[in-house]
Amino acid sequence: MNIPENLKFAQSDEWVKLEGNIATIGISDFAQEQLSDIVYVEITVASGDKVKKNSLVATMESVKAAADVNSPVSGTITEINDDLANAPETVNSDPFGKAWLVKLEVDDPSELDALMDASAYQSYCSNRSH
Amino acid sequence: MTEPTIYELSSPGRRGVRYPDSDVPQAPLPTDFIRKDLPMPELSELDVVRHFTNLSKLNYSIDGGFYPLGSCTMKYNPKVNEQTARLPGLAFTHPLQPVETVQGDLALMFELQEWLKEISGFASMTLQPAAGAQGEFVGVMIIRAYHLSRHDTKRKKILIPDSAHGTNPATSAMAGFDVVGVPSDARGNVDLEELKKVCDDQVAGLMLTNPNTLGLFDENVLEVIKIVHEAGGLIYGDGANMNALLGIARPGDLGIDVMHFNLHKTFSTPHGGGGPGSGPVGVAKHLADFLPAPIVDIIEEGDEDTPPLYGFVTPSKTIGRVKSFYGHFGMLVRTYTYIAMHGPDGMRKIAENAVLNANYLLSLVRDKYHLAYDRICMHEFVVEGHWGDAPEVHALDISKRLMDYNFHPPTNYFPLIVPEALMIEPTETETKQTIEAFANALNKIADEAHSDPQLLKDAPHNTPIGRLDEVRAAKELVLCCWMPEQNA
Repeated sequence: MNIPENLKFAQSDEWVKLEGNIATIGISDFAQEQLSDIVYVEITVASGDKVKKNSLVATMESVKAAADVNSPVSGTITEINDDLANAPETVNSDPFGKAWLVKLEVDDPSELDALMDASAYQSYCSNRSH
Repeated sequence: MTEPTIYELSSPGRRGVRYPDSDVPQAPLPTDFIRKDLPMPELSELDVVRHFTNLSKLNYSIDGGFYPLGSCTMKYNPKVNEQTARLPGLAFTHPLQPVETVQGDLALMFELQEWLKEISGFASMTLQPAAGAQGEFVGVMIIRAYHLSRHDTKRKKILIPDSAHGTNPATSAMAGFDVVGVPSDARGNVDLEELKKVCDDQVAGLMLTNPNTLGLFDENVLEVIKIVHEAGGLIYGDGANMNALLGIARPGDLGIDVMHFNLHKTFSTPHGGGGPGSGPVGVAKHLADFLPAPIVDIIEEGDEDTPPLYGFVTPSKTIGRVKSFYGHFGMLVRTYTYIAMHGPDGMRKIAENAVLNANYLLSLVRDKYHLAYDRICMHEFVVEGHWGDAPEVHALDISKRLMDYNFHPPTNYFPLIVPEALMIEPTETETKQTIEAFANALNKIADEAHSDPQLLKDAPHNTPIGRLDEVRAAKELVLCCWMPEQNA
């Protein structure tokens, strides 16, 4: 399982990458694998929207299930990834790259301290799979 | 081998029916209403009979084989139900007849309300909802009306345990509430500490599925109900899993405020295309005034010589009508038949045997399949369709392979809290031999998953149509099999 070192992870399997005060958010490789083939992605926020920690930013549907994606940090949306609507399978093929969902300007970078680093997330994932 | 569509079988000029010559003068239609082409299939009567008979043979049904679809309670639908529902005195009445002329129908509905009240421990009952999901919607609208009637307008949240049925959050959202999830604890019960954290004066209620979708009876049910009640919320009981409780525990006695039944699950009326469904809703006394209208009641008491006069009443604070006429009456007749046939002791035996069958089946497969929560189950159980040493095999592959053994697959990927979930419900109507045959197939598939995983990945092999491309089916929705070119 692929887990990039420079990211932070939420228990609900979203990843966050902080560059300056801009956070990029997506779902992890583990999450896309659990969901299996993703057939629908809807980003439920728009640029300029304020989001709170753990509030909804996107919903996804796979052939197995539907899942909410929540922002692990609070802030103001600066960009959303429009490409996913027409190519939801990108979430399966490149969850940490092309399949980023939203970017936001974070209110408080220290919110990231509560999230897991790559090694903590690695063990969190292996505890859940048999 | 599949059956062609009826359009492909069509041959110009072929007829199954000949109309007699018209014995009334022709009345011309306005010309803009007349289509140049009316692409209807043209077949003989025998063509049509063979076509639909062949299609029916491709179908899988409870009359044809074991159907362990978890949470759906695919029990046998006794044929006597069909006989009673077709009795002319019941089948040929019309909902617009004067009530004096349909007293038998109303007496049956009244008595069924009384029986369902006795079975569930509720004070009042509506038979109107068209299916379980509508029953849930009615129940949540009643919860909403109750709070509003007390001018308690801040209750905007409904709590949904993560082991609840998927319809529960959908119902709450549709009724305008915010859905707040509550996690399960390590034994698969509602986590009481997490529940306390989210219980406040904004909680309208909690929707409890018990036994939950893990097939486990919530050991803390009384505590859960107490915590929500103390916060001023109400408890909605999802009665879909009532088959495990019949004659043993009554939701009303536990303190649940409102609950729907699924007559097509618990009470042996047909599912889906053979349906329709039916979702009566029972409520405790403090919610009785909010029930949908109308409800069957005794208008004039009878005596030794005269039967009572039945009619319809409207509860004082009713949420209104939720279905045309009086619900799916044919389903009510079948349910009445089923309950009358089994009686109170029979009801209890149904639940006991449903639970016994599920535990027997679990005991036969648990060596080969990982059980997410290691407890005695109720009427169903959930195993993980996945092994660390056969990583390419998923629950879906097991299900597809079961079809090769001529079994309907169990419910897949629900509940979401169990990875690769296979939710299995045998029901009380299956024999020991059938349960053993199914367990053998499941165990054999577990071996195949390790020795020849590709066999599972490519399954089903023995069905009229092989593995479907589910991703493409979900992405490229084509809702019409063939659009005649003329109208395209």
